[in-house]
Amino acid sequence: MTKGQAISLQKSDGGTLTAVRMGLGWQAAPRRGLFGSRTREVDLDASAVLFAEKQPVDVVFFRHLVSDDGSVRHTGDNLVGGAGQGGDDEAILVDLQRVPVHIDQIVFTVNSFTGQTFQEVQNAFCRIVDETNGQELARYTLDGGGQYTAQIMAKVHRAGSGWQMTALGNPANGRTFQDLMPSILPHL
Amino acid sequence: MTAELVRGQNHPLPHTRLEIRVSAGAPVIAGATLADETGRVTGPEWVAHPGSPALPGLEVSRQAAADHRLAVDLGALPEAAHRVTLLLALPGTPGGPARFGAVAAPFAAVTALDGTEVASYTITGLDTESAVVALELYRRQGAWKVRAVGQGYAGGLAAMLADQGLDRAAELAAAIHEAVAHGMDRSVAAPPPRTAEGDRARHGAALSASGVPADTAPAGPAAGPLTGAAAGPAGPADTTATGAAAAPPPGGPVAGGPISYAHPGRAAAAPPPAAAGRPQADPGPHGEPGRPATPVAGDASGWSMDERLYNQVWGMFEDLARTTAAYRSAVDFAESRMDQELDRVLSDPRSRIGSAGDAARAEARAKCDDLTARAREALDRDLAQLTAESEVVEPALPVAYAGWDNPVWHGYRVPREAPMALRLGDLHLPESPELRIPMLMRLPLERGLWIDSGRAGSEAAIVMDDAELRRLAVDTAVLHAARLLAVHPAGQYTVHVIDPAGAAAASFAPLTASGVLAAPPASGAHGVASVLSHLTQRVELVRMAVGGGATDALPPDLDTADQLLIVNDFPHGFDDRAVTQLRYLADEGPAVGVHLLLVADREDAAAYGPVLDPLWRSLLRLTPVPDDHLADPWVGHAWTYEPPRLPAGSGVLRQVLSQVVEARTNWRR
Repeated sequence: MTKGQAISLQKSDGGTLTAVRMGLGWQAAPRRGLFGSRTREVDLDASAVLFAEKQPVDVVFFRHLVSDDGSVRHTGDNLVGGAGQGGDDEAILVDLQRVPVHIDQIVFTVNSFTGQTFQEVQNAFCRIVDETNGQELARYTLDGGGQYTAQIMAKVHRAGSGWQMTALGNPANGRTFQDLMPSILPHL
Repeated sequence: MTAELVRGQNHPLPHTRLEIRVSAGAPVIAGATLADETGRVTGPEWVAHPGSPALPGLEVSRQAAADHRLAVDLGALPEAAHRVTLLLALPGTPGGPARFGAVAAPFAAVTALDGTEVASYTITGLDTESAVVALELYRRQGAWKVRAVGQGYAGGLAAMLADQGLDRAAELAAAIHEAVAHGMDRSVAAPPPRTAEGDRARHGAALSASGVPADTAPAGPAAGPLTGAAAGPAGPADTTATGAAAAPPPGGPVAGGPISYAHPGRAAAAPPPAAAGRPQADPGPHGEPGRPATPVAGDASGWSMDERLYNQVWGMFEDLARTTAAYRSAVDFAESRMDQELDRVLSDPRSRIGSAGDAARAEARAKCDDLTARAREALDRDLAQLTAESEVVEPALPVAYAGWDNPVWHGYRVPREAPMALRLGDLHLPESPELRIPMLMRLPLERGLWIDSGRAGSEAAIVMDDAELRRLAVDTAVLHAARLLAVHPAGQYTVHVIDPAGAAAASFAPLTASGVLAAPPASGAHGVASVLSHLTQRVELVRMAVGGGATDALPPDLDTADQLLIVNDFPHGFDDRAVTQLRYLADEGPAVGVHLLLVADREDAAAYGPVLDPLWRSLLRLTPVPDDHLADPWVGHAWTYEPPRLPAGSGVLRQVLSQVVEARTNWRR
């Protein structure tokens, strides 16, 4: 899917989507030099911000792994990345049926906590997956993505009685989701 | 997709290079035999065992272990081999289990090289057998299949090998046992019977004083992946599908077993919005789309029913905290939005005249009401489900977790082992006052308990008569102590009482009259000093012994039971030395089995100033009347704590304590 494209999270049989996962994967920095410990590790972080009519209500990130209402869960912080073979190193799970009634948008973001731009990170990607059947709904390749340290990835928002997803793929800069707030607001 | 096989069932194998994983509750010997087209093992050269672990295409471990991984390459087997049989046997070490009935059900899985499971089989229903044929891989029309066998042999390895057509089976069996005995000292220990320490710590620290939510986001029992399809509640009926024993393996590996402990309403599909308006309480049949499955008691993960119920109660606690958080957040939002909109109407000059302003105000209110109503609908849906769960869980609770009005107390027997946790009371939130969550604390208690007899502590206490409140506080303490006594095995819990002025003799009567106390309640300065010195000395001795690694050097007359010290009216009758000793017990006691139950009004100790602040902070404050001072560890709501109460006119306390005394007398004999 392309930037800005909206897809309805309806299944082909008419049932609505019930659970989505945002996955983030990247390859750990190669060990170089004499001292293996002196590598520059890459720490990317996935976050989800819950909005009610453009007001942030709750955030799920590495310091707050479960939204207060329990509908959005982060699987835990990964500080160094993985083998770069396509597996998710961090994931955020959203149980859409348990999202509180006033929450109408959930925005997913990726930040480089250690400050490397996406140009310096290898095999980085983020994707949105239909958790019920494993089908990938959207995927972005982050590496080679320019001098940015963050990306506002996608949002899922209420549409009628179900949910819709819009791919945003907007580059930004910031260490955590707080730095991104000004860049997120125009997309709401 | 893993196929969970039942006895006799077969499943095609997609690859020829495979791994077989075995896990058992105790170290077992794993072996394999090859057989020809007629099913005969031609000779000992076709048996892979710890003494001769490798065959072409097949290798087994040299030692007995609780976990095995066997590499199999079906393509490399001798041409004549048409069947590979996986054997498990108990090593029969002295002191080890002699029959499979005494250990957790063994579990075997065939996996591809990347670890994905192809088929698995939990071998249930074993009893006196000490050897069992777990699986067989066989060639059928050029393709390989796996079959779950589960044939046990009470005669052990020798009987099993003989059954496979080997001539000198007994000799071979003896050789195998000898080879295992050699490798025994390297054997892997059995998995611990309970959850890891991390889990204890998590729940132990979970309840914190008001306003100080524990800084954790525990990956509780609900933290599983959000799977769309509910795994289906596996009541005991489902486990019989294995065609073997109905009882789940007591401590066995459950990961690939046939029993799904997944909670239907937790970490699984909630009812879709279409069903939201429907009354949820009517229990629909399992798995019917659009309805939550009927709740089942013990429907959570755990190695024992005790642990499963404990986890289920904590899961309900978390669910109620979170669904209420969702509701409150929505209502707050609706109200703040309405306030903003009303402000805007007020500041807009056009709306000051005519009906436009009224219409705008009405619209703002209607939007607020609508959102609030929808939030309430979602909350009610969840509350109905949790209430239904509570209704099946409460009656199923064992005495340690049960309310005093639970009939389970009438069938009370002194237990053979202490439970994981203890019910200290009930918790509820103002949105759902009827839905009470048992407040379960892990045992042994990590902190002392403080029953606050002060009137300043809570709203309900302030309206009460001082003497009445103090009496109620001691009554509550006696109930906590009685429960602690009742849930520990005979002779493993000793209770001391300090009642300096003898003011609460009437309240302590159930304890004194039944004879469960180590000694009559100590009174006067002398009594206080003597009990405290005795316990302080015990803590010092045990700490020194444990610290020096010399626990066998403890005096033989030392009471090894856990000790509970009830102090009424602290600091009445305490001198400075006694206060210091009490603080020492509060800090160092819990680690060596000495626990405190303090009944006190903090005002009475005001003269000590901030010196005692650490003591109060180190104790878990409970109240003799309902009070909203406890916070949950997830969201930090203020929960109303409801202390335990005996049903009016109930003789259950006397009956339970007399059984404790009787069991103790028999135990001493």
